[in-house]
Amino acid sequence: MKHARIRFQGQDHAVTVEADNAVRLADGRLLAEDQVQWLPPATGSMFALGLNYADHARELAFTPPTEPLAFVKSPGTYTGHNQVSWRPDNVAYMHYECELVAVIGKPARNVKREDALQYLAGYTVCNDYAIRDYLENYYRPNLRVKNRDATTPVGPWIVDVADVPDVGNLALRTWVNGELRQEGTTADLIFAIPYLIEYLSSFMTLQPGDMIATGTPEGLADVVPGDEVVVEVEGVGRLVNRIVSETRFFKNNKA
Amino acid sequence: MSRGLHEIASGTLFGVALNYQGLLQQRLAEFDQAPYKQPPIKPVLFIKTPNTRNVHQGEVVYPTGVERLQPGPALGVVIGKDASRVSQAQALSHVAGYTIVNEFSLPEDSYYRPAVKAKCRDGFCALGPALVPVDAIADPHQLTLTLYVNNERVQENTTANFVRGIAQLIAELSEFMTLHAGDVLITGTPEGRVDVRPGDRVDVDITGLGRLTNTIVAE
Repeated sequence: MKHARIRFQGQDHAVTVEADNAVRLADGRLLAEDQVQWLPPATGSMFALGLNYADHARELAFTPPTEPLAFVKSPGTYTGHNQVSWRPDNVAYMHYECELVAVIGKPARNVKREDALQYLAGYTVCNDYAIRDYLENYYRPNLRVKNRDATTPVGPWIVDVADVPDVGNLALRTWVNGELRQEGTTADLIFAIPYLIEYLSSFMTLQPGDMIATGTPEGLADVVPGDEVVVEVEGVGRLVNRIVSETRFFKNNKA
Repeated sequence: MSRGLHEIASGTLFGVALNYQGLLQQRLAEFDQAPYKQPPIKPVLFIKTPNTRNVHQGEVVYPTGVERLQPGPALGVVIGKDASRVSQAQALSHVAGYTIVNEFSLPEDSYYRPAVKAKCRDGFCALGPALVPVDAIADPHQLTLTLYVNNERVQENTTANFVRGIAQLIAELSEFMTLHAGDVLITGTPEGRVDVRPGDRVDVDITGLGRLTNTIVAE
């Protein structure tokens, strides 16, 4: 089953997703995909992995890490399916990152990898955009690169763990304006989800709604205002986002 | 008193590293070398995840297998009104008030990678004892921070030594991310962090904000 959060007529709803991405409200109403505003399906902290695909590490000329490289994102950077993200004016390189996301379902502390999947609410997808112009070598990747308003689309929904039997062998794909630009497979993850849950929960308690964004394979490219960017993880979801300019974003978002 | 603070300051905890002149100066020579290559241009930021929240008189767990644990006395700025792209002149109108933060961390030898393992452990961010309204503090850049371990004064500095003041931080951060009502800006810990051990009582005193007390306990 797929679970989402949407806004409809000014109210937020927890919904289930049916055929053609129609959403079923708790009161039984069925609404079409384009009738609703899709919200991020979870709003905890996000632990995002850098350099977690061997091919991508090579692409960035980095030696693959021996310990997970995790950075933290806060809820203000999330946005939902079919929403917009903004490219700052006067930057040279903003790229997408298609990622499989594990969503925590119950508090996880000192969890062993063989038990890890029991702690999941399910899986979702994110597009972990980065503005590379702003990279600095302090707490890299720094917040100005990765924690910008509405620059981490998440969703469209959370799919149950049982509905994704082979999470270690899923295709990841990114299309820009309909053209396939990035392709990889979760088979190439350096640190897989059970290992990451064991690692993070070895020193902290993961909370329900927290997310682990598992990193992206090679195939990054610049995106500009007007682009439609679709990231898809096979069997999990297809997440659509459009790029707008900084000027347009802040004109529309400030009264 | 403390409950009011935690109800209001319930948002994201954003930390600023290297925001004391003395600390930055200590490391500047190193920052010209790899992997940094140049000193920081923008504020050096980190996030204390919600599991790190702790309270006045709360226990801070000294993790098993950890060699050193260090308190991080800091002035906390609680956002009262969403701040997106605000100027320095407007910035303080978005502040609800101030509190004391003790930003516990394992020692930071390197600033190169995000310090999740050092900073995001359960209970590693104590806030309190109270939210002091912005009007009650005449000049937030003239406050003395004092750290006591078992009633002995071990670290002292003043917010006059900030690299960036509060208004500048709010302006620079809100350029790319909204500071939401309830978010807390942890304005930095000065140089001279000390080690603490299980059994220690740790107090942070900031002029006009009272005293935040925590005890260290073994895991």
